[in-house]
Amino acid sequence: MFPQTEMLDLVIVDGYAKGIITRSLRSGKIDAHAAEAVVLATGGYGNVFYLSTNARGCNVTATYRAYKRGALFADPAFTQIHPTCIPVSGEHQSKLTLMSESLRNDGRVWVPKRQGDRDKVPGEIPEADRDYYLERKYPSYGNLAPRDISSRAAKEVCDEGRGVGPGGRGVYLDFADAIKRLGEHTIRERYGNLFEVYEKITGEDAYKVPMRIYPAVHYTMGGLWVDYDLMSNVPGLFVIGEANFSDHGANRLGASALMQGLADGYFILPNTLPNYLAAQMGKRPSPDSPEFRGAEADVRARIEKLLKINGSRSIDSFHRELGLLLWDKCGMSRHEKGLREALQEIPELREQFWRDVRVPGSDEDFNQSLERAGRVADFLEFAELMCMDALERDESCGAHFREEHQTPEGEALRDDENHAAVFAWEFQGAGQPPRLHREPLHFETVHLTQRSYK
Amino acid sequence: MNFKLKIWRQPNAKSPGKLVNYEVRDLSPHTSFLEMLDILNEDLLRRAEEPIAFDSDCREGICGTCSLTINGEAHGPDHPGAVCELYMRKFRDRATIMVEPFRVGSFPIVKDLVIDRSALDRIVQAGGFISARAGSAPEANSILVPKHDADLAMEAAACIGCGACAAACPNGSAMLFTAAKVSHLAVLPQGHPERDNRVLKMVRVMDAEGFGNCTNTYECEAVCPAEIRASFIAKLNREYARASMQRGAGE
Repeated sequence: MFPQTEMLDLVIVDGYAKGIITRSLRSGKIDAHAAEAVVLATGGYGNVFYLSTNARGCNVTATYRAYKRGALFADPAFTQIHPTCIPVSGEHQSKLTLMSESLRNDGRVWVPKRQGDRDKVPGEIPEADRDYYLERKYPSYGNLAPRDISSRAAKEVCDEGRGVGPGGRGVYLDFADAIKRLGEHTIRERYGNLFEVYEKITGEDAYKVPMRIYPAVHYTMGGLWVDYDLMSNVPGLFVIGEANFSDHGANRLGASALMQGLADGYFILPNTLPNYLAAQMGKRPSPDSPEFRGAEADVRARIEKLLKINGSRSIDSFHRELGLLLWDKCGMSRHEKGLREALQEIPELREQFWRDVRVPGSDEDFNQSLERAGRVADFLEFAELMCMDALERDESCGAHFREEHQTPEGEALRDDENHAAVFAWEFQGAGQPPRLHREPLHFETVHLTQRSYK
Repeated sequence: MNFKLKIWRQPNAKSPGKLVNYEVRDLSPHTSFLEMLDILNEDLLRRAEEPIAFDSDCREGICGTCSLTINGEAHGPDHPGAVCELYMRKFRDRATIMVEPFRVGSFPIVKDLVIDRSALDRIVQAGGFISARAGSAPEANSILVPKHDADLAMEAAACIGCGACAAACPNGSAMLFTAAKVSHLAVLPQGHPERDNRVLKMVRVMDAEGFGNCTNTYECEAVCPAEIRASFIAKLNREYARASMQRGAGE
């Protein structure tokens, strides 16, 4: 077991994935590990937005390094924004906390009808002056409308200046009616632990005042392309869980990440990996072979480069700026103009990072700054791929909402004629645009239709 | 809000450490304790000083990575909860706050506030697992578990492995941790094949790692962010006695 270790490169020998290069987060030691096959279970890339419900350590480095060694990255623009998170409380915010979706079973979502009421105490806003916008717009689904719809609807009312709480980026999730109907005891039994978490973070008692929620980045449907055996286009490189692109399409449904974790890890890989291994036994290269030496040298050179910059700006300030930029231009809704701007701004920010970031400490020691710097450097490259994918997918589809493509009711408008395909991107070298592969989607039993939650 | 801080700085396990004074100003009361340290670190970077090393990951109390002793209390004053769930509004404005790592002989200091808790990993490696067959989904109703057992196992499984129990214990004992890991598997049928081996091996490794033993002070229970009850230690002792006697009887 190698706890506190990060993967910094994938090693390919004669076209087959045969090992990885790692760095110990404790001692800084770089190691080469050779094997018959490589399995990546390295999670999603939600932290590219800086603020997300992911743990702070989540990053794109392992999958992005594999992409740079030839693995295809599929549908990176598909990112899920979860509607029920605790809103940002100020610039100090370092992460966002998810309140369970189950709360929408009993909570009613609303904002004031008038902008002028948004700073009022919620209890003083009479029923007639409240806009229960999900119930109004989606009478049959109401507060249980799907994640992308609920998230976009919250953004819309906040964009109209009717959002509540600090910065006006929040909506109420009100349990007053449920408490009246079922009693506080029942609500406590159902959601007591969530109300406690909410109280810890906000200092507010949601039994007495409505919760405030706002959407936050939660899950990334995109990831490395894999076949039905969960193997990428690089033979011997298997990718499981959130790190791959499979199962969720453009919009993951509740609980299905857990399903994927179990299916990939317990039921699929234990059957498909041995099948691959059977032909690979005895073909483990030496970690001293030139491919390993080469990858190790690349890793060392990059670390050295990061430490040498010795600029003036902190790593976090770059990450924060990148996050805001993406949230604004490649977040809950996107449009061509914004994406084109982002594709201009990201390389500029990246250039500034490599010129002016300050990474203190050394590489032969415990160095949390160096660890973060490497990850932010990868996010700064990956963000560009994400925006490229979002621009190329000239339709709305699940969590990918292009403002130019919507129905008169504001629903996602797909273009099945031209875009019913997986977009898988192939790295073509630094400074070169990646090559797009389209894998057409065929629906044999259940056919594509326009969804409706009216 | 403004605070004075006394923070433990130590370059590595071999060099001596000391408390260093810092100040943070104009914080929102909604800043979390770890975000306060982030802000201080940004400030240190601007002044070309080395940032303070501290561990964190999920920042919502479920991963067990953060580990600070604040004003002498493991995880600080807001129990139950990990440091990442602690907010500055819980402190008096202008207070002086002392921040140290968890102090346990078996958790050597890596740097500043970061400690090496791999001793806990080794306890789990000694037996904190079950042998599960992978490859196909078993019939869900083939193993029945009474509700009481499921609840008890769940309560024990809530342990996030942070090590606060050992940090709070005057004996530096990790028995609450080990008890939680042993109990959550011992009460479930899936954990039975390795039941005796598990407890004997885990206790052996726990002792070899240099942790102390329980003398019923219950400081562990008071600081546990996952509210693991000290009665699980009694369960651990029963499991240990049972396994030892089975062994003694030659079974």
